Amino acid sequence: MSTASPAPSWRQVGRHAVFPEAGHDEIARFDFLARLNTHLSQRVLPGVRQAWETRVKPAFVAEHDRAPADRHEVRRAMQHDLHYQLWSALRRNSMEQRQQAGRSVVFRQLAALRAQADAINEGAPTLKLDPTLEQPRYMRAVDIHCMPGSYHTEVVDRDIAAGANYDAGLFVTTAGMLGRWSDGGGQAIVEWLARHKPNFKPRRILDIGCTIGHNIVPLAQAFPDAQVLAIDTAAPVLRYAHARAKSLGVNNIEFRQASGEAVPAADGSFDLVTTAMFWHETSTSAMPKIMREVHRVLAPGGLTLHLEQPQYAGMDPFEAFMRDWDAYNNNEPFWTRMHEADLARMVTQGGFPEGAYFETTMQAKVDLTLFPAPVGSQAGSQEDYGRTPTWTAFGATKPALAA
Amino acid sequence: MNAPRPEPAELDPVAMANRRAKGKRPFFLDDPAVERVLSITMAVATELAVARERIDTLERLLMQRGVLEADAVEAFVPDAAAQEARSAWGREYIARLLRIIDQDVQAMNDAAEPSLEQWIEELGRPDDAPAR
Repeated sequence: MSTASPAPSWRQVGRHAVFPEAGHDEIARFDFLARLNTHLSQRVLPGVRQAWETRVKPAFVAEHDRAPADRHEVRRAMQHDLHYQLWSALRRNSMEQRQQAGRSVVFRQLAALRAQADAINEGAPTLKLDPTLEQPRYMRAVDIHCMPGSYHTEVVDRDIAAGANYDAGLFVTTAGMLGRWSDGGGQAIVEWLARHKPNFKPRRILDIGCTIGHNIVPLAQAFPDAQVLAIDTAAPVLRYAHARAKSLGVNNIEFRQASGEAVPAADGSFDLVTTAMFWHETSTSAMPKIMREVHRVLAPGGLTLHLEQPQYAGMDPFEAFMRDWDAYNNNEPFWTRMHEADLARMVTQGGFPEGAYFETTMQAKVDLTLFPAPVGSQAGSQEDYGRTPTWTAFGATKPALAA
Repeated sequence: MNAPRPEPAELDPVAMANRRAKGKRPFFLDDPAVERVLSITMAVATELAVARERIDTLERLLMQRGVLEADAVEAFVPDAAAQEARSAWGREYIARLLRIIDQDVQAMNDAAEPSLEQWIEELGRPDDAPAR
């Protein structure tokens, strides 16, 4: 390791009413898997680039008399490299182990967790589920990031298991880089707004694809007078999100089961519309529909802001290939197409004026006394393609009405 | 429309934890059997780390409560009886672990054997006599 600071423990992850309890050995398992992920990204992954530069690329150039044209040519060449195979096999396996570890903790205490959630959720006007909502095809096709049952599967009535497993394991998947409440993304948006839009005080906020609400809670806390609507298509994560937010003392969020393709709100309802790591879990046909909805529900003068991993345009084919890994190997099938989309064009076609589109970068904001700084901010730290909480944020402002 | 969902207590947590994610699983190594062995090895390695941490917890608790001195484990020298017991345990443990390789060596030393298909064929003949 390039730094001597000790790795954070799952014990330091923030607790709330529906967060699963874990015993000594279960915590040791989470901590081991988090350290394994750190080792894979910091010690094994650099060898993948080395293998590319020292043997796979030279062989490609010797055979074709040119450098690879795109990430797909890099992928087809790299698939036969033993070091790449081993890193991939270990990375896939550690994700499956993390899912298994999380579910083994959650399902043994599901009755108690559900009772906790029921006590908070029952009759609450701030949780609105729609059992008639059909899951979009892009949610049903495969189980997103190898999470068995994805976000939406309900095994028991009033199920919250998908949310509890997701929450318990975010620490492991990101090796703690999202911070104590796994909310480094939401915190980054809050910090960016404070720095770049200090006078912006949104009164109505919409978050699309909120899952367990981990990234919208910091915004609801930063703007306590704002009314927040957080939507998702999956009921288990919404039930969990609602109970989680309430038990953290956050009462200004309404969680509602709805699709971003048909936001249940009137035109001009929001001053701020956000998403965090959302677009890559949709589809080519859904993206423009959702962007049109963002534009429709945004009030004149309103701002929309989206955290994503960087787009591939202009990127070195090897780096794009590495960033594509999750598409092919971690059940993120839209990841690859999403990252080649022309987002500026999508924003314009969504109804925003030419030139309204902007792009910036953000890093997870975490409690550095306990959790690691985002990769890239420390000398010698290695980018963990697709997992590192260093984001490209894009957005647009809807023009204010002429006076 | 749908069958009623089970209560949480009716679910088997072991089976639920082991559910696969929908989506065809990629394999990376040239031999997918080797990749399965790698996966099992990593699971065993994980459980070793878990057991190691539990031992570490026990040692620290025993020290905190004054049962063990700080360097008691490092300074421990087994007496002859302990040494003998450990040796016997270690021999059996390694034999269990590497049994298949042991049996490969035994097979190399044994006379060439007919395959089970050959035995099936031979023992199934009406005259029950060697074919050759």
